[in-house]
Amino acid sequence: MGQVTPWKRAGAVREGAVVRWLRSRKRPEADRTPVDLMEYQAKELFAKHGVPVFDGETVDNAADARAAAERIGKPVMVKAQVKAGGRGKAGGVKYCPTADEAEARAADILQLTIKDLPVRKVLVTEASDIDKEYYVSFLLDRANRTYLAMASVEGGMEIEELAVERPEALAKVPVDAIVGCDAAKAAEIADAAGFPADVRDQVIDVLQKLWVVFVEEECTLVEVNPLVRTPEGQVLALDGKVTLDGNAEFRHADVFTAYADVVAEDDLEGRAKAKNLNYVKLDGQVGIIGNGAGLVMSTLDVVAYAGEAYSLGGGRTVKPANFLDIGGGASAQVMADGLEIILSDPDVRSVFVNVFGGITSCDAVADGIVQALAMLGDSASKPLVVRLDGNNVEEGRRILAAAAHPLVTVVDTMDGAADKAAELAGAST
Amino acid sequence: MAIFLTGQSKVIVQGITGAEGTKHTRRMVASGTQVVGGVNPRKAGETVDGIPVFATVAQAMTATGADVSVVFVPPAFAKAAVVEAIDAQMPLVVVITEGIPVQDSAWFWQYSQGTKTRIIGPNCPGLISPGASNAGIILASIAPIPGKIGLVSKSGTLTYQMMYELREYGFTTAVGIGGDPVIGTTHIDCLEAFEADPETVAIVMIGEIGGDAEERAADYITAHVTKPVVGYVAGFTAPEGKTMGHAGAIVSGSSGTAQAKQEALEAAGVKVGKTPSATAELMREVMRSL
Repeated sequence: MGQVTPWKRAGAVREGAVVRWLRSRKRPEADRTPVDLMEYQAKELFAKHGVPVFDGETVDNAADARAAAERIGKPVMVKAQVKAGGRGKAGGVKYCPTADEAEARAADILQLTIKDLPVRKVLVTEASDIDKEYYVSFLLDRANRTYLAMASVEGGMEIEELAVERPEALAKVPVDAIVGCDAAKAAEIADAAGFPADVRDQVIDVLQKLWVVFVEEECTLVEVNPLVRTPEGQVLALDGKVTLDGNAEFRHADVFTAYADVVAEDDLEGRAKAKNLNYVKLDGQVGIIGNGAGLVMSTLDVVAYAGEAYSLGGGRTVKPANFLDIGGGASAQVMADGLEIILSDPDVRSVFVNVFGGITSCDAVADGIVQALAMLGDSASKPLVVRLDGNNVEEGRRILAAAAHPLVTVVDTMDGAADKAAELAGAST
Repeated sequence: MAIFLTGQSKVIVQGITGAEGTKHTRRMVASGTQVVGGVNPRKAGETVDGIPVFATVAQAMTATGADVSVVFVPPAFAKAAVVEAIDAQMPLVVVITEGIPVQDSAWFWQYSQGTKTRIIGPNCPGLISPGASNAGIILASIAPIPGKIGLVSKSGTLTYQMMYELREYGFTTAVGIGGDPVIGTTHIDCLEAFEADPETVAIVMIGEIGGDAEERAADYITAHVTKPVVGYVAGFTAPEGKTMGHAGAIVSGSSGTAQAKQEALEAAGVKVGKTPSATAELMREVMRSL
């Protein structure tokens, strides 16, 4: 990794062996954030493990919505499938007494964007009469390092509201990670919530099956809201929310593959995700790259504080443009991938690279920066402020000094570098 | 003295023959750690840099008297490795492995309850008592001098940053407890140990957004900690966490924001710095006043 391309030729340089080698390396850590599923996906997992759900089909066009409604042969609900709450209020959930109506409403809903999320699929599902709405969930209780069951006979409303307004109506029962939710535990949960005798046995059965979903699919949350009782006295899951543990993907490749998000290639977050980068777009002007989630969060703070001194006009001050954690053991290739994403963000006016070398050595990071700028050539047009400390810092700083790239400023302290990056972002207005 | 890890600690490495295990074993040895053995059932009888490899944790303990195990086993096998160490009654198990499914962590933490085993991590950099012993991946040269400050942190790189800032004072022990949803040793466990450690005169505590560990630590400090504590919380300007599900917030009863954590810590008499550098400066003031 010793060979460094001279900057004068950066714009014209072809990929060298080092760059090709770097490109061929994949980041070892996969993207392991928790994965929230859509309603229909949650219900598919429910059905797979015997949790009763209403008959339904997920489609991506109006004609198929009509066909689904005809097959179901009863009035249906057409429900937008997006990972956002408040679908009903946004016009994404409609009651359709006929198949004609289902086709028309599906066409409308498939045009919607709910909370910035385009609706690509709708669930066409039997519209049953509902007598009563309940709430049940299992989730990871990180504070107590165990699991928690929550249940209420007052379902339907937002559970956050219920927890605040009527906390006594929400039963919380700890579930031992090794013992799990057996019939006795399920009965304890049902009775703590006060489920009436006519549905108690069905609820106990649902709870046990839901627990199987939670464990078998390795979830951090399974939630049924509402769990409903029909006029016939049957208990079914009307809506569901499931969060999968991203760390468990290696044991559930089938589910993760089937439910993977289709991301737009031109979207910055989508492109970052495709490269396995832990990136979140924010609304500021200073691009941020750092190693370790804690250090990157800290970097956002330090840049925001420094940015208060630099006005953008209209009362706005300089802020961080993104969160990007290249990991504790970041390779040069990851640095290159990260810089490429950030430099292509039109909102970014300056970039702050903040690395503390622990496992990562600073010379590798410096090489990564140098190589990335060589790869990007003339498209790298924004100033970079680099702060390196820790493992092999002298060599890292030497590499950057030797490269003497006109866009790169090396600052020794985190606070000083943040100030410089904010100044550059403010000044370039 | 130090907490959890001293110069007398005898360390084994589970996964010593893997690339990461071997690399960090060398670093641990170079920073003065007594690494007395390794474990890999398929390579028992071999050696790594002269360090014997055993088939099981129990055999390694019997042969060497090891009382600390550092786990570098890949995520898919980490649960079995930790359970094996617990069954062998290993006093301290430091789980470095990143990416362990949380249900595995919850399982082995529950399994460790009522046993002799303390778990640190998973997904942590481990702990170092400078000049004495180093169990994990913390770079010893960041702050090589032993001192009187105790440090506990969720974040690996912020641990390094704070150690670097305060290297002229040095540390009794710096513990990276890890940022996973389920961890074996908490801020509170470390605060308790630092309070009881006669060598530690002041404590730095680093937290970050999410969960309510910092708020609980604040309550603990109010009730039990007499030594000065300086705190730092990362994530004041972070947008609302995507991973903080609503149901999770209900459980903790806290918003999990940096602001809420800072307020809780300050109410407990903890001086909270706005940035890592400002936090280090607060600690220097504390050290000068002692």
